[in-house]
Amino acid sequence: MIEVPSSTFMSAAPDWGWYIALYFFFGGLAGGCYFLAALIDLVGHPDDRPLARLGYYIAFPCVVISALLLTLDLGQPLRFWHMLVESNTYRPMFKPWSPMSVGSWALLIFGFFSLLSFIGALVENNRLDWPAGRSIRRPGALSRLLAVIGGLFGFYVAGYTGVLLAVTNRPIWSDTPLLGLLFVVSAASISAALMILLARKTISTAPGLESLHRIDAWVVALELLVLIALMITLGPVFRAWLNVWGLLLLLVIIIGMLVPLALYFRRGWLGDRNTQTAAALVLLGGFILRVVIIFSAQSV
Amino acid sequence: MVIQSDACNGCRDCISACPFGVIEVNPASGTAQKCTLCYDRMQGGMEPACSKACPTQSIQFGTISQLRERAQKRVERLHQAGEQRAYLYGADDKMLGGLNSFYLLVDKPEVYGLPPDPKMPTRNLASASWFSVLGAVLVGLVGLFNFRNRGARLREEGRQ
Repeated sequence: MIEVPSSTFMSAAPDWGWYIALYFFFGGLAGGCYFLAALIDLVGHPDDRPLARLGYYIAFPCVVISALLLTLDLGQPLRFWHMLVESNTYRPMFKPWSPMSVGSWALLIFGFFSLLSFIGALVENNRLDWPAGRSIRRPGALSRLLAVIGGLFGFYVAGYTGVLLAVTNRPIWSDTPLLGLLFVVSAASISAALMILLARKTISTAPGLESLHRIDAWVVALELLVLIALMITLGPVFRAWLNVWGLLLLLVIIIGMLVPLALYFRRGWLGDRNTQTAAALVLLGGFILRVVIIFSAQSV
Repeated sequence: MVIQSDACNGCRDCISACPFGVIEVNPASGTAQKCTLCYDRMQGGMEPACSKACPTQSIQFGTISQLRERAQKRVERLHQAGEQRAYLYGADDKMLGGLNSFYLLVDKPEVYGLPPDPKMPTRNLASASWFSVLGAVLVGLVGLFNFRNRGARLREEGRQ
């Protein structure tokens, strides 16, 4: 007797592999780091500006890496522009009901904003001599506009990939509406973690780093709740995770969420290395989470 | 449906979107492909090769209305002959508005590799998008609360 828990089990796997898993990771970092940097720019203290610059320094290279990974994954990489322009009429290609179409445009626009902010950070830090570039950085209406619009596109880039997976007919991906939510929250957690790891700890940045650490603890807790809710919404499809993928997911929950949370509340455990260890584990957990979601749904 | 292989860039989104799992990648071109119902043969006034060649007439080709009528009669004949399980899959409008390829089955669809309840992939678009917005609002509030508090606290200390 053949029994399937969902009609999605009869669809075919698109063979999205490591390029896409890495893209989900770097895309999440790009969007999350830009958002955190924009937030620091908009409401943070001037002492935190090195942290904001760090966010912009991470975001732009991650967007470039994302675009490269997406292009390399295509069956016809030189036709990457077909996502944006109709190849026979050369008219813009935009389908609002397709997350891949909207996401391609969002990535392009976000890439532009993250480049501007990247240049602005270089100018502010005196690493690039371009006087006009100063207007991109705070204070000023242009810098605020850049932070608000770029930050919103950052959120979109971080979360649309989860919506894209939901708008398919694959098991797990399309059996829950919560993947986009999970990816947005996870993007914030891995981005705060990477910024904590890469930030140079000085007297002036220490309180800002403490804020980032607190944010990371909040969003990791939120991520855990969302992941549990996601498992519940899967219903009978959850059985697709009763294998090695489920074990990996358990590993993500333990080492990528519970241990970092414990390290946050028990500061004495590892002394000076407490924060850094928690951040490294969150980053690792965020990567494995994406690997599990990408590969498990295709191994059904 | 025909896939334009010269426009396709091989992103493979369509493969995961198809509820029937019929689209695959052409390994030579790297682009998506599926049955075209022998589009080129039909341009020449011929029927698709599969229905032409089928030795048992299991595969039949024709206009949708003709095929539906013929299939319905076949189901009635089978019922009269005692095969009560016979039914049509995808012939009426209930399944995704009606399929242009439909089947006469005598067991559950999944036995034939067909989804019992195929759905449009866009069914999740609105709900998944709104949940993502909720995520952005929650993360935004967490970030805002932490950095704004710190900014305000430091400004306060600066004034004193």
